Amino acid sequence: MRIWIEQQRALIDFTLASLARRKAKNLGLLAVYTLLVFVLASVTLFSHALRHEATRVLADSPELILQRMVAGRHDLIPPGYLDKIGKIRGVQKMEGRLWGYYYDPVIKANYTFMAPTAGDVERGTIVIGSGLERIRGLTQETGISFRAYSGKLYSFIVADILPHDSELISADLVLMHADDFRDFFGFPAGHYTDITLSVANPQEVRNVAAKLAAALPDSRPILREEVLRTYASIFDWREGIVLAILSGAILAFAILAWDKAAGLSAEEKREIGILKAIGWETGDVIRMKLWEGVLISLTAFLLGYLAAYLHVFYAGGILFEPVLKGWSVLYPRFQLTPEIDGLAVVTLGFFTVIPYTAAVLVPIWRAATTDPDAAMRS
Amino acid sequence: MIFQPTIIALLLAAGLGLAMLLAAAPFAVQIIRHWNIRSGSERQLQLERRTYLFSTLLSFVLAIQGIALLLFIFNADRLAGHFVGAMCAAGVLNVNAYGYPALIAQIASFFLTALWLVINHVDTRAPDYPLVRIKYALLLALVPLLAANFLLQLWYFLGLKADVITSCCGSLFSAGAQTLTGDLAALPPQPAMIGFYAALGAALLMATLHAATRRGGYLVALASAAAFVAAIAGIISFVSLYIYEHPHHHCPFCILKPEYDYQGYLLYIPLFAATAAGLAVGALQAFRRVPSLAEVVPRTAARLAGAAAVGYLIFAAVATAMILRSNLILIG
Amino acid sequence: MIELADVRKVFNQGQHNEFRALDGINLSIEANRVTAICGPSGSGKTTLLTLIGCLARPTSGRARFKGEDISGLPERFLTQLRRRSFGFVFQQFNLIRGLSAEENVMLPAAPCGRPQHEVRAKAAMLLDQLQLAHRRDAKVEWLSGGEQQRVAIARALINDPEVLIADEPTANLDTTLAREFLAILDGFASAGRTVILSSHDPLVIQSAAVHRVINMRDGRIVAA
Repeated sequence: MRIWIEQQRALIDFTLASLARRKAKNLGLLAVYTLLVFVLASVTLFSHALRHEATRVLADSPELILQRMVAGRHDLIPPGYLDKIGKIRGVQKMEGRLWGYYYDPVIKANYTFMAPTAGDVERGTIVIGSGLERIRGLTQETGISFRAYSGKLYSFIVADILPHDSELISADLVLMHADDFRDFFGFPAGHYTDITLSVANPQEVRNVAAKLAAALPDSRPILREEVLRTYASIFDWREGIVLAILSGAILAFAILAWDKAAGLSAEEKREIGILKAIGWETGDVIRMKLWEGVLISLTAFLLGYLAAYLHVFYAGGILFEPVLKGWSVLYPRFQLTPEIDGLAVVTLGFFTVIPYTAAVLVPIWRAATTDPDAAMRS
Repeated sequence: MIFQPTIIALLLAAGLGLAMLLAAAPFAVQIIRHWNIRSGSERQLQLERRTYLFSTLLSFVLAIQGIALLLFIFNADRLAGHFVGAMCAAGVLNVNAYGYPALIAQIASFFLTALWLVINHVDTRAPDYPLVRIKYALLLALVPLLAANFLLQLWYFLGLKADVITSCCGSLFSAGAQTLTGDLAALPPQPAMIGFYAALGAALLMATLHAATRRGGYLVALASAAAFVAAIAGIISFVSLYIYEHPHHHCPFCILKPEYDYQGYLLYIPLFAATAAGLAVGALQAFRRVPSLAEVVPRTAARLAGAAAVGYLIFAAVATAMILRSNLILIG
Repeated sequence: MIELADVRKVFNQGQHNEFRALDGINLSIEANRVTAICGPSGSGKTTLLTLIGCLARPTSGRARFKGEDISGLPERFLTQLRRRSFGFVFQQFNLIRGLSAEENVMLPAAPCGRPQHEVRAKAAMLLDQLQLAHRRDAKVEWLSGGEQQRVAIARALINDPEVLIADEPTANLDTTLAREFLAILDGFASAGRTVILSSHDPLVIQSAAVHRVINMRDGRIVAA
């Protein structure tokens, strides 16, 4: 064991010295390698953080949402449905919600209008998300008019602006009084967009949903866990697609690595010949070269990952936002919570270190099997 | 299929390992046919050089297999959220019929690659390379195993369909809650515990004896295999319960999760290492009569047996410590 | 110490450009002597040195080192033997540029797994013996020809080999340095090392430091 450690130490010493001697060649490879890690790590860090964010956001949402369906389309809940459901065991709270989308032709984007169930927005005023604040230049106490779908113009005073930390979901949100909401969208009294139900025991959710479906056959219950699962799938899928697109880059990198490893300069060939002549074994040369690969990989991985971390969590992932987010047209500008996921790191290693190693194995072996007597015949 | 990075990575790794071995197979055949150590001909020198490539390749494949094994389980666990009724890896592996076979193939490729490397190591200690032909025949035998591993994983992942909300109705009615965690053998704790410690004790004893006296090599392998099975059964039937402090949570995978401080790694890494070493002791016995290996094989086997003994000891100690530290009382 | 029996070395075997570098060599080399192999270029002296020094395997024939048959040893074992028992000084010195004299001297010890401080001490001692202590940290490309050769000698001795093999060692040296080199060789032989060198330099062949001269031509040994 001691011998083995001393051996590796000597090999690493030589490797470091020889890397330092061929800076230009190695720096080029290192730069490309780092760039690859950076791009891939940005994608994984970004989507992991988004997944995390979505989970966090949904943690406060109700366990069950009930929508009414007409001809397979989402429709308003008519009056009396809340009573029809009546009491179901396990349901803590049940309430109708009022919300809808409004298309603003000024900035060509959709807002989400909503009447909070707690009802603490005064009539004639609205509370807006920070996306609107930014894009329409609204501040507290300023007024704004929206033309309703009926053609009538409604004016509101901005009473408050929602906190920035929930921006991912609240950027395009406009909160207003329930009566204002009904007037604006022409909702008849007693109608709701949908119904939410809170269920304390997670084991009960499915039973409650089954009872709802039985009581109201024209409605569909949506479970929070299903929404979560759908989001997770969507983010996974997007991440997968981006990685698949980037697999071209991985392949290109592997070819570059192969080329660099195979295209030994005459000087390097001579060196390996000398090493073999003075008593290095093929295995020793292979190990030395593998150490070289390990050192390069490690450096590139650390640098690339660090850069990606800064990019995603401190620069807001500016380079990939459009591909990965696409949550709504009003791009929320938000700070993601820094999160590192072990699984994602290992996966990233699989995508970078393994192609690299696979690409350089054969060239390394070929170089290492230089004839030991080559040094004599030069 | 769920289009997810880790799944792509796993398929990539399994495919790459297989592709490498497939590309190497014709050369292995050449070695088997033309090897002649007494010759100094250029072809022989060429073949000898190739052997270096194969050792390096196989070490690489082993490394991938080891990491892929962990990643496979870890990812299965992560996917639990995608399936109705799956709480952790156990349920996700049960989603279709290929999950557990894929896991077993992954474990088998890990062990067999390790065995090949041990045989290779021993062979290269003897100046006449006496096992070259056997070794490369075994290498060819690894190809179908790695192919099976790759295909099982492919089928498994292709068969994974997440229960997502569809446009017509909630997924509630598309999948029942029947896919609940497979009923992994839940033995009563007391006999399981006796079997667990008996098998581990036997393996420990055999390995120690072999390390000291160099006898009973095959028994070490046999005891190791038994200990591996008993250890996994033990983890499922009672060790996990003590870790979770919950009398009905039998999962062998959840202990790898951060919620349980990754305690599972403390169990599995020594267990897998010890079992690989123990099995290798047995595999080496076949060659102890080869004249040029007469010294190398017993020495290596003894060293491996020593390593296996240490591994099992660590495993048993860790498991016992977990049981004693736990607040759960199963046996009054 | 070293015996060769009917040794042949053929390159490009079976092809149209097949070339017999050595053709039926029978030779025995005694320990603790300085033996010179001489002959015109292309006569096979370097190939013979590579076989003696375990750098290559004969195509056919038997080679023995201290009674042990080494002709069928795979490269892995030849290398181990070479590392322990042979030191090499090459015609072009073959030092690795960019590394210091000391680092070059220590290179052959790297695969042995000897503790680093021990190797460093040994390297310092050798460099000191060869009057190079002051150039220890100098990059080898900054050294003069004579200094480079002494670094190469120190490197050849780092693993304490029994046999020192030198290929055309005086080809790149002037007369003064060549004489100096021969004096160093003489010291080795009296210190119990075996020295084998190839040369066509009359200065070497006629030197009193050389105990035996073997003449070669066209891959065969010829009478002097």
